[in-house]
Amino acid sequence: MVLQAITFYLLAATTIGAGLAVISARNPVHSVLFLIAAFFAAAGLFVLLGAEFLAMILVVVYVGAVAVLFLFVVMMLDVDFAALRQGFARYLPIGGLIAGLLTIEMVVVAVNVVSRGAAAKSLGPALPAGGVTNAEAIGRVLYTDYIYVFQAAGMVLLVAMIGAIVLTLKHRARVKRQDIAAQVMRTPATGMRIVTIKSGEGVDA
Amino acid sequence: MTIGLVHYLAVAAILFTIGVLGIFVNRKNVIVILMSVELILLAVNINLVSFSVFLHDVVGQIYALIVLTVAAAEAAVGLAILVTFFRIRGDIAVDDASVMRG
Repeated sequence: MVLQAITFYLLAATTIGAGLAVISARNPVHSVLFLIAAFFAAAGLFVLLGAEFLAMILVVVYVGAVAVLFLFVVMMLDVDFAALRQGFARYLPIGGLIAGLLTIEMVVVAVNVVSRGAAAKSLGPALPAGGVTNAEAIGRVLYTDYIYVFQAAGMVLLVAMIGAIVLTLKHRARVKRQDIAAQVMRTPATGMRIVTIKSGEGVDA
Repeated sequence: MTIGLVHYLAVAAILFTIGVLGIFVNRKNVIVILMSVELILLAVNINLVSFSVFLHDVVGQIYALIVLTVAAAEAAVGLAILVTFFRIRGDIAVDDASVMRG
């Protein structure tokens, strides 16, 4: 139990510290790397909770796809990031005040939900029941009762993919592209010419 | 020493407000704003998963999966818009984006 508590506090501190570093780092590349650290620590929290499947999905989707996408864009755009940081100190007091109030409010709500609200009857963390793993439990629900939600998620990804391609696709005028119809329509009459060449004279272009 | 539901909810609350604070203090830098939104969605996911585990109902994890999907889609489209904006303006300062008003 003590080991579990130590692990929790370690992972929680890493998540929060990395989160703070994300928003305060001077270099956006460092921000992305701290974002990856935060995701890894949050995945550790999920494992601690017993949601292994989501933990692995978090690592695959966020670290493998989203964070790399951020890294690509940060490195691709040639931007003066120092100029973008002005106003940081100006907005820090009011932002910190609002953030502090928000944290206090949410923690108060959480304490009340746990002690008197919907979660008061909680029996403690769920244990894997009867040899059903976490992934199997999710699969049993996801592919039956929540199949439409699952398909809607797939649709969201499809639309996002097409949208991102349409937004960034750029046709350059000078680039030659393959025109399959023109290739197929070519006949010997249009593509070929027989000339007789006199000795010592070249062929005209 | 027992770690209960309220501990996880507190972590999620702090992470959520870090995300909100990030949007406040980095008002010009769209990339950091997008990363703050990812932090907020991660906090939401921690909330969903911890409630799911402590209330013995796996449906919360299904919705965490959906939030994850939406976060990935949002990042992809947001960054695509950012790249297009950069190509047109040569800069990513968001306060210049008000020139897009009709």
